[in-house]
Amino acid sequence: MSPRPTRLRKISNPPLISGFKPYGAKNSNGKTEAVFLHFEEYEALRLCDYELLNHLQASIIMDVSRPTLTRIYAKARQKIAEALVQGKQIIIEGGKIYFDSEWFSCKSCRCYFNNPDKQEEIKKCPLCGSGTISNCQELFYEPEESVSRCRDICICPKCDYEQPHKFGVPCKSEICPVCGHNMLKKIMPQNKKTTKEKKDESSNYKYRKQFG
Amino acid sequence: MKVAITSTGNSLDNKLDQRFGRCSYFIIYDTETKGMEFIPNPNKDVQAGAGPASVQLIASRNAQKIISGEFGIKIKSLLDSLKIQMIVLKEPEKTIREIINMLNQ
Repeated sequence: MSPRPTRLRKISNPPLISGFKPYGAKNSNGKTEAVFLHFEEYEALRLCDYELLNHLQASIIMDVSRPTLTRIYAKARQKIAEALVQGKQIIIEGGKIYFDSEWFSCKSCRCYFNNPDKQEEIKKCPLCGSGTISNCQELFYEPEESVSRCRDICICPKCDYEQPHKFGVPCKSEICPVCGHNMLKKIMPQNKKTTKEKKDESSNYKYRKQFG
Repeated sequence: MKVAITSTGNSLDNKLDQRFGRCSYFIIYDTETKGMEFIPNPNKDVQAGAGPASVQLIASRNAQKIISGEFGIKIKSLLDSLKIQMIVLKEPEKTIREIINMLNQ
């Protein structure tokens, strides 16, 4: 039986360059071996380490499962480490991917069109030339409810000022608006979720991903 | 810049074809020289793979935009990697002449 075909990974920003070359090799014989970094690995690295998203958010953007994204990401880091350690060049190419582009609509001629070239911003309709265009999709990624819903509270150790914890911002980097001291996470034993609750949440998430 | 338009026939008074891969004629219109080329679609009656074959035809003529009523599922990723812009016009009553006039505005 043939294996299940690989799910196509969505690439929203293709790389600007096609690779990297090392310089100043100690014992170079003029030729350097190459490491082939796939587009999907580049994209995973970009989302996780440049855009600083977590694996779940990145996996939704790339339209794969969270474990798959983690595997792609691990492979990307391994390849880049190999290139750095062994002084190999990096060539970005290949992979099971498709490119994503934004869609716009024009109000005056009621047409829809996309923007395959990311570098250029679209200002007028390519068909009738009017400026009454609008973006079809909501491009800004909103975190899943299960990720953003957070009942933690930040507390100031000096003056006991409390404020709700902001998702994705470490409590230590929050500064108390009253006394200017760095804040801490408030330890609440009753906040711990039971295993059943966690299980419910994860099944909810799957349901949403499938139908929502 | 060259623009490909799908048409139901080989004259300017024919209407926009609502299908991309299996349209009757492709019209390649050059917005600078105002020249146009009518190409009968060789993939009109094939069983499968009409879309990708039509994309190849359009790409070989160096068109940068395609105007059609609908694009199939295999087409989008292909056109995105070829950097060809898709324009979806859901108006089957529009004639080719009207579309070319819109492009010239």
